[in-house]
Amino acid sequence: MPKFEYAPAPESRSIVSLRESYGLFINGEFGPSVDGRAFKTISPATEEVLAEVTEAGPADVDRAVTAARKAYEHTWSAMPGRERAKYLFRIARIVQERARELAVLESLDNGKPIRESRDVDIPLVAAHFFYYAGWADKLEYAGYGPAPRPLGVAGQVIPWNFPLLMLAWKIAPALACGNTVVLKPAETTPLTALAFAEICQQADLPPGVVNIVTGAGETGRALVEHPGIDKVAFTGSTEVGKQIARACAPTRKKVTLELGGKAANVVFEDAPVDQAVEGIVNGIFFNQGHVCCAGSRLLVQESVYDEVLASLRRRLATLRLGDPLDKNTDVGAINSAAQLAKIRELSEVGEAEGAQRWSPPCELPVKGFWFPPTIFTGVSQAHRIAREEIFGPVLSVLTFRTPAEAVEKANNTPYGLSAGVWTEKGSLILWMASRLRAGVVWANTFNKFDPTSPFGGYKESGYGREGGRHGLEAYLDV
Amino acid sequence: MSDMADSDRGGLGGSSPRASTASARIAVRKTYKLYIGGAFPRSESGRSYVVTDQKDRFLANAALASRKDARDAVTAARKAFGGWSAATAYNRGQVLYRVAELLEGRRAQFVAEVRAAEGLGARQGEAVVDAAIDRWVWYAGWADKLAQVRGSANPVAGPYFNFSLPEPTGVVAVIAPQASSLLGFVSVVAPAVVSGNTVVAVASERSPLPAVSLSEVLATSDVPGGVINVLTGRTEEIAPWLASHMDVNAIDLSGATSPLADDLAAAAAENLKRVVKPGDEDWTLAPGLDRMLTYLETKTVWHPASN
Repeated sequence: MPKFEYAPAPESRSIVSLRESYGLFINGEFGPSVDGRAFKTISPATEEVLAEVTEAGPADVDRAVTAARKAYEHTWSAMPGRERAKYLFRIARIVQERARELAVLESLDNGKPIRESRDVDIPLVAAHFFYYAGWADKLEYAGYGPAPRPLGVAGQVIPWNFPLLMLAWKIAPALACGNTVVLKPAETTPLTALAFAEICQQADLPPGVVNIVTGAGETGRALVEHPGIDKVAFTGSTEVGKQIARACAPTRKKVTLELGGKAANVVFEDAPVDQAVEGIVNGIFFNQGHVCCAGSRLLVQESVYDEVLASLRRRLATLRLGDPLDKNTDVGAINSAAQLAKIRELSEVGEAEGAQRWSPPCELPVKGFWFPPTIFTGVSQAHRIAREEIFGPVLSVLTFRTPAEAVEKANNTPYGLSAGVWTEKGSLILWMASRLRAGVVWANTFNKFDPTSPFGGYKESGYGREGGRHGLEAYLDV
Repeated sequence: MSDMADSDRGGLGGSSPRASTASARIAVRKTYKLYIGGAFPRSESGRSYVVTDQKDRFLANAALASRKDARDAVTAARKAFGGWSAATAYNRGQVLYRVAELLEGRRAQFVAEVRAAEGLGARQGEAVVDAAIDRWVWYAGWADKLAQVRGSANPVAGPYFNFSLPEPTGVVAVIAPQASSLLGFVSVVAPAVVSGNTVVAVASERSPLPAVSLSEVLATSDVPGGVINVLTGRTEEIAPWLASHMDVNAIDLSGATSPLADDLAAAAAENLKRVVKPGDEDWTLAPGLDRMLTYLETKTVWHPASN
C-alpha cells in the first residue's frame, strides 16, 4: 500500500492570546490566591511553559463556595428558568463564536490532535450547553415531579482528557437545574476552563454562579470535603472516586461519579472488517486512549482473528503521530510525564507476563511525551493489561468462539462503563446489548457522544448519568 | 411461661389459658429459621437468640446469623440474579402479585405476629398488615412500567437509534427498619426485587418474626429461591459483612443507626455500592420512586440505522 507523504499543515496558534498568569475565578472576577501559590501548565507536545496558574488553597475554596452560596440564594435559584436558559444559550453561542480559539487552546494544553478538539470536543461543548439551556424552563416535564428543586452549590472536579467537554457536562446541567458551581479543572489542563470563565464574563453571567478554582489533588479534596457544598460531581479515576464516596459517606451530599473503564470491543465474524477496524482504531487510539470508555480490550471471534489483526496492523501503520496542531495528525501527545510513565510501566508488565507487543514503525518527537500506538496479542484475562485501565494508546487483544463466551469475557471486569459490538445482525446487537453489564453499548460504532444520550457506568465505573433527561437527576433534589 | 401466651395480645405461642389444664391440647410451635437460597437453614454457627414482645415476654428463639450465613446468602442471591433479572417484566409482576395474594390469605397470622412484635392493638395491627399487602401490590405493578417511565429514546445527531433502559444493579443488601417489622420490611425489599435485583435482607433485630413468616410465604409462592434471602440476628454483627462484600452492588441502611450507618456507608464505598441512607421515614406514607431508582442502572444503546 503506498503511503502518502503529507506536508505540515499546522493550525495557527495566533488565534490564542495567552496571558502570562491566570488568577482564580471567584465571584465573577479573576484574582490571586490567599497564599500566592502558583504552578505552571505546559504543552505536553513540547514541554514549553504556556502560562502560570494560581493554586487554590482551602481558604480560596472557601471563598469560592461562599460566593456560589450567595449567588445561589440571592440570584440563581430565584431566577425563572426561562432567564437561566438565556444565559446558557448565550454561553453556547459564545463557545461557537470562539470555537477555533478554544480548539487550539485545548490542543496546546492537552496534546490532543486539533482534528479532534476542532471536530469533536468543542462542537460537543456548544451542543451540550444548547441542550441543557432548553431544559432550564421545562424541568417540571422531566419526570422528577411537578416542581423539582435544585440541590444548591455543586462542587465539581474534572479530568484532563476532555477538559472543556467535561466542564460542559458538569456545568450545563447544574446551571439549568438552578444550582451554582465551584469547578476545579485538572492540574495539567486548566486553560480552557479559565477561558470559559472569560466566556461567563462575556455572557454577563451573574457573579458567583460559576467559580473556577485551579489546583491539584489537594484543591480537589478541599472542595469535595467542604461542608458548604450540597453536591459532588467527579469524573476521574476509580481510586479517587472511592475516596470521594468514603469522604461523603457521613454527609448528606449527593454524589455522582464517572470513573474508569476497561471496555470490551466485540467483533463478530460477520462484521464488515474495514468498518470494524476503523472502529477499533477509534475505540482505543482516539485521544491517545485517554478515554475512560476506551475500547481497550478487543474481543475478536476466532474465525476472523487473522484477517482482523492483519487489517488492524496495516491501518496502524498509516496513523500519523506528532504535532497536535497539525491538521493531519491522528495521534497526539500523552498528556503528562506521569501518565507516560504509567503507560510504559503497564506495557512492560504486559511483555513480562508473556503477551506479544507490537507497534508500527513510528518516529517519536524528541521533546514532549509520546507513546506509539501499541497492540498486545496473546493476552489472557488474567494479565494486568487485560484487567487494569492503562489510559493510553494500548490495545489488548483476546479471542472468543461463541456470543455467550464473548459476554462472559466482556463482563469479566469490575468496571462497567461501555462496550462495543460489531456485527451485521441487528438481533445479535440487541441480544449482546441486553447482556453486557455496561452503561453505554455502541453497535457498529464507538466513542460516540451526544448531549441527549445518557452516559455513565455500572459497577466500579461509578454512578449517576450525564447527558439527556437522565442527566438532570444528578442536579435535582429527587 | 404461661403468661406469654396472651391471646388477646396476639401472642405467638398458639396456646391459651387452657394450656395449663391437663386435657387441653399443647400447641405446636414454629421454629424460626433463616431463609437462604429457597431453603430454611439454621445458622451455620448453631446460635440463636431470644425474641420477646414489647413487654419482654418470650416469643421464640430466632437464628443468630453469622458472617458465613451472610456470605452464603450473597452467593445464593448472585446465583438467582441471572434468571430473575432475565425474566420478563410481566412475569416478575405476576410472581410478585401472587405473593400479595398469599399474604392476604394469611392476613390473620400476620396481624397476630405484627401485634406481638410491635405491641399494637387490633386495629393498628390490621392497618399495618393491610398497608404491607397493598404496598406489595403497588410495587408488583411497577415491574412492567419502569422501563417506560425511566427509559427514553434519545434524538442523537447521527444515524443511530439511541435508547436508554433501566436495568437492575445486581445483589442488594437490605438492613430492614428496626421498628416496623413487616410494613418496613416490605417497603425496603419490594422496591429492590421488582426491577430484577436479588436481595439479602437483615430483618429487624428486635422483631424479626414477621419477616421470617414472610419468607415462608415467599417459599410457597413462585419467587425463585435466592431472589429474596432473609437473615435474622444482630444488625451490628451482620451488616458490616454485607456492606464490605465485594459481590454486593447496593445497600439500604434503613435499619442502621448512626454511627454504624456512617461506617457501613464508608465500607460500601470500597466497591462503589449504591447506597440508601437511613432517614426518618414514615412507612405508612406513599413511598415514591426513590428506592426503586437507586437500584437501577441506565443502559444506553447506540443501534445503527442504515441500509
